[in-house]
Amino acid sequence: MLELAVKGDKKYWAWIVALLAVIGGAFLLYLWQLKFGLGITGMSRDVSWGFYIANFTYLVGVAAGGVMVVLPYYLHDYKAYGRITVLGEFLAIGAIVMCLLFIIVDLGQPMRILNVWLYPTPHSVLFWDTIVLNGYLFLNLVVGWNVLEAERNNVHYQSWLKPFIYISIPWAVSIHTVTAYLYCGLPGRGFWLTAILAPRFLASAFAAGPALLILLCLFVRKISSFDPGREQIQALAKTVAYAICVNVFFFLCEVFVAFYSNIPEHMDHLKYLFAGLHGHGLLVPWMWASLLLMVVGIIMTVNPATRKNETTLAWACVVIIVGTWIDKGLGMISGGFVPNPLHEINEYAPTLPEIGITIGVYAAGALVLTILYKIAVGVKEEVRA
Amino acid sequence: MDSSRRSVLKFFGLTALGLAAKPVFNAFAGEHGKSAMHFEKGAEALKAKQWAMVIDTRKFESPDELEPIIEACNKAHNIPRFENKNHEIKWIWETEYHNAFPQMPNRFLSEEAEQRPYLVLCNHCENPPCCRACPTQATFKRESDGIVIMDFHRCIGCRFCMAACPFGSRSFNFRDPRPFIPELNHDYPTRMKGVVEKCNFCAERLAKGLEPACVEASGGAIVFGDLYDPESEVRKLLRENYTIRRKQSLGTEPCVYYIV
Ligand code: SF4
Ligand code: SF4
Ligand code: SF4
Repeated sequence: MLELAVKGDKKYWAWIVALLAVIGGAFLLYLWQLKFGLGITGMSRDVSWGFYIANFTYLVGVAAGGVMVVLPYYLHDYKAYGRITVLGEFLAIGAIVMCLLFIIVDLGQPMRILNVWLYPTPHSVLFWDTIVLNGYLFLNLVVGWNVLEAERNNVHYQSWLKPFIYISIPWAVSIHTVTAYLYCGLPGRGFWLTAILAPRFLASAFAAGPALLILLCLFVRKISSFDPGREQIQALAKTVAYAICVNVFFFLCEVFVAFYSNIPEHMDHLKYLFAGLHGHGLLVPWMWASLLLMVVGIIMTVNPATRKNETTLAWACVVIIVGTWIDKGLGMISGGFVPNPLHEINEYAPTLPEIGITIGVYAAGALVLTILYKIAVGVKEEVRA
Repeated sequence: MDSSRRSVLKFFGLTALGLAAKPVFNAFAGEHGKSAMHFEKGAEALKAKQWAMVIDTRKFESPDELEPIIEACNKAHNIPRFENKNHEIKWIWETEYHNAFPQMPNRFLSEEAEQRPYLVLCNHCENPPCCRACPTQATFKRESDGIVIMDFHRCIGCRFCMAACPFGSRSFNFRDPRPFIPELNHDYPTRMKGVVEKCNFCAERLAKGLEPACVEASGGAIVFGDLYDPESEVRKLLRENYTIRRKQSLGTEPCVYYIV
């Protein structure tokens, strides 16, 4: 099927070349980072994880979100999703590729990455995270590719795929759960030390992932003769609506617990994020914007009029993607590190090279996604022709 | 050949040996003794079940008195000095009461106790979350004497241990530290960029029968000894004085005690 990826028009190739150019530029920045060290980023002794790990966390969510089409189709036999499951699986692949790249660019000694498997350490959550992420990548590659190939040949997919498909469903939940456990099992980090962190991560994942998928479906319909389908998009939109409501609800639960219990360690991080602490409040406007965007997203997806209109729905998806990205990508990681364990405040902001490398990783993910979608859409067009 | 190059070679030699001799899947590889950071213990080596430290904060009045103690550690361990605060490396440093003990912010504290400078360093916790988090066992609790120690050659620089430490005891080499070391000590290795480091309770000095550098420089204000030897001086001080530890409620069991 790979040949489908090289049969594109001018616009397709221009897009590929543009992505390659961005990746090339970011790679140069990365070489600089390799040479100098992570000192070219805004991270510090106190905020020792920054933009890379934050985006990693966000994209684990996007990857897990793909399960929202796989599950109804295979478990509930919701036939309509048959048309787009492969789009969900391929989105997951693109997202996981970015996650793995973000982990690599975040390492101080990336050449030693194999140490994680040379000295397997079951008591480290990071060890498990590498396993679930790679496993999820593998599952989606195997399932997505073979099901698509079967569709192309007009046959039912091979029966040995079934177990892989069923495993991939809880596996999707596991990737975001284990990623949340990276944070919420750490003593002394009040902001993360909450049992609701994994559910909250999942809620925002099941909003952001399907929202992105809706946008991709609309885009695919626009540029190809394959229509993912109105019913499918509407069903996804309902998933987004529920998930974003649950996400905001979970957040409010956090706020209640922190402030009603009145325990400083739990309140201080939220105060820092939403009001500023001791005169430091770099993230305050961002966090309020995020909350506002998520509320607007709720209104637009819950209200049937705006949900059923695909133009307003598309905007709602954009709003939700941006809102959840700020929440997880900017607030979640920095917020946990400020104030630091000695209750000092050292704020974090990413530097330009750091942002450049991040954009490069996104471009790499977009490249993988473009190629996979090109193949998937090519097959769908063939079959329907 | 300088010592860091020698240890690199030793590391590669041992890694090759280790890889040949060990099955790759020894999931609970507990024996770290063969790593590059191991300093051969001679007959004169000081031994303990669990090393611990008691800091008598009453003996310090101003930050100036802590300066030589911190300097002793910096010198002994090739700690670089950076202008950029983001890149800072600290093994032991001075802070204020409410920063050292943020969970015990008593109001109307005795002015004298509140204004005292406090030394903070890695607590060599008996139940260390940093070791739990590390995916490569590059940081581990040494079975023989309870020191939480680093293998700089195994660390991948993921900084999970930094997030896991509730005391902010760890530093990361955001850039090559070597050009920023004021005075090179050839008896202790320098680090490369991209790895984490922290106080090692002077494992290299204990192996030679010496007390930690900060203890030596403290003029008796800091005492070092075996927590599980009822006759040790540490235990004697704990018996005779009221002591506190940092964030006891987290259950990490810090081994640095403070007389206040
Ligand atoms: S103080 Fe921090 S670095 Fe030291 S042993 Fe305890 S958790 Fe680990
Ligand atoms: S930075 Fe090094 S010591 Fe710390 S957790 Fe990662 S591998 Fe282990
Ligand atoms: S025990 Fe040694 S390494 Fe630790 S702070 Fe004191 S001098 Fe530094």
